[in-house]
Amino acid sequence: FRTVEPLEYYRRFLKENCRPDGRELGEFRATTVNIGKFFEQHFLSSGSITTADGSALVKLGNTTVICGVKAELAAPSADAANKGYIVPNVELPSLCSTRFRSGPPGEEAQAASQFIADVIENSQIIAKEDLCIANGKLAWVLYCDIICLDYDGNILDASAFALLAALKNVQLPSVTINEETGLSKVNFKEENPLIIRKHPVATSFAIFDDTLLIVDPTAEEEDLATGTVTVVTDDEGKLCSLHKPGGSPLTGAKLQDCITRAITRHKEVKKLIDKVIESIRPK
Amino acid sequence: PRSSPSPGETSVLAGLYGPAEVKSSKELADRAVLEVLLRPKVGLPGVLERSREQLLRRTCETVLLGVLHPRSAITLVLQVLSDNGSLLSCCLNAASMALLDAGLPLSSLFCGVTCALDPQGAIVLDPTAPQEQEARAVLTFAIDSVERKVVTVTTRGGCSMEEMQQCLAAAQRAADTIFQFYRDSVRKKYSK
Repeated sequence: FRTVEPLEYYRRFLKENCRPDGRELGEFRATTVNIGKFFEQHFLSSGSITTADGSALVKLGNTTVICGVKAELAAPSADAANKGYIVPNVELPSLCSTRFRSGPPGEEAQAASQFIADVIENSQIIAKEDLCIANGKLAWVLYCDIICLDYDGNILDASAFALLAALKNVQLPSVTINEETGLSKVNFKEENPLIIRKHPVATSFAIFDDTLLIVDPTAEEEDLATGTVTVVTDDEGKLCSLHKPGGSPLTGAKLQDCITRAITRHKEVKKLIDKVIESIRPK
Repeated sequence: PRSSPSPGETSVLAGLYGPAEVKSSKELADRAVLEVLLRPKVGLPGVLERSREQLLRRTCETVLLGVLHPRSAITLVLQVLSDNGSLLSCCLNAASMALLDAGLPLSSLFCGVTCALDPQGAIVLDPTAPQEQEARAVLTFAIDSVERKVVTVTTRGGCSMEEMQQCLAAAQRAADTIFQFYRDSVRKKYSK
């Protein structure tokens, strides 16, 4: 019955206010996060450095997303001489789901990359000025690669979470510039964590039959849904981003409801991240 | 069929083709496939255009009665002619008018409205590019014509919940003017 008439199958569950995997409409899947150095360090003697400084693995139920942050040095652009760069990239490789083919990034991957770029921009998670080493000469570039290993819906939430966790884990070596020669010297022994100003958390909802709102949809639910809403909130209950690309029209009151639930979710996620960071801190 | 509304100096040309034949790899058995192509004024379409295309496509799919044209393709091409702020809502309006002009079966119309919150907290509707730059938040809504509900919303910059609701209310009021404009345009076209 589930394969032949998926929508009817779901409707039966929704009438009883629950979902096939046993969750309530407002319940999130079990979230686990793993932070740590997964990648090795490389050092090239020509003076340029490549370090994978922060990484995190997030699992929301079956959806598995890994984020690696690599820091490199570059010259800042002429019109933003005191700002560094953060370059996010979301990849949905064909191994994570049968719906994605190998080859250039599809529409969903590109839209997800744009979403993460917007989250970084809107929430000011890192002030780009903090990434500057020498005004006009040298700045950090953070390449954030977010790769999905298993796609079971709600990729936006998982990616945003993985990004936040990985950035909290990043340790940047200190860089000094020799005034006379203009050469930079990287000191690996002295590492500083990134200054994370805000902690944005994304919460996604799926809209069913124009009225019912479900939190944290799985891939099956996303296919059957008539729309999706993603709310990104930050620490003070401020709305960083509201992303509703089409789908069933919602009233202002329903949107308000989504935002309120997102704020509650934010507190849980923040607690989880803090707990994990605390547990890996070298004592 | 094409249409190009221009609030201020932002203008977008929309061309809609369909329902037409579709490649069998892309076809859907029970409904029409909608494809949106957004071409920027300069350069090649990038990640931002893809994300906007997805947004426009999902918005149009909400109103389009695709089930009346199974196994066919509807292509919407948007060319940005000039950009002086409020580009996304201009694209939304162009798309909606193109759908209307083509005579495709729709369950409702939608219109795009952009609200900017300037640093003092005042709401500016349909901001120009300099106003958008200075604003601390820019919200773009697609409002439907039946009950003024929100079909699409996307934001840039942060704001509080109350400010969002205020912008939404302002956008809903502005939607009335835009829908009147749609009516007048269609009337003008058919009264000749």
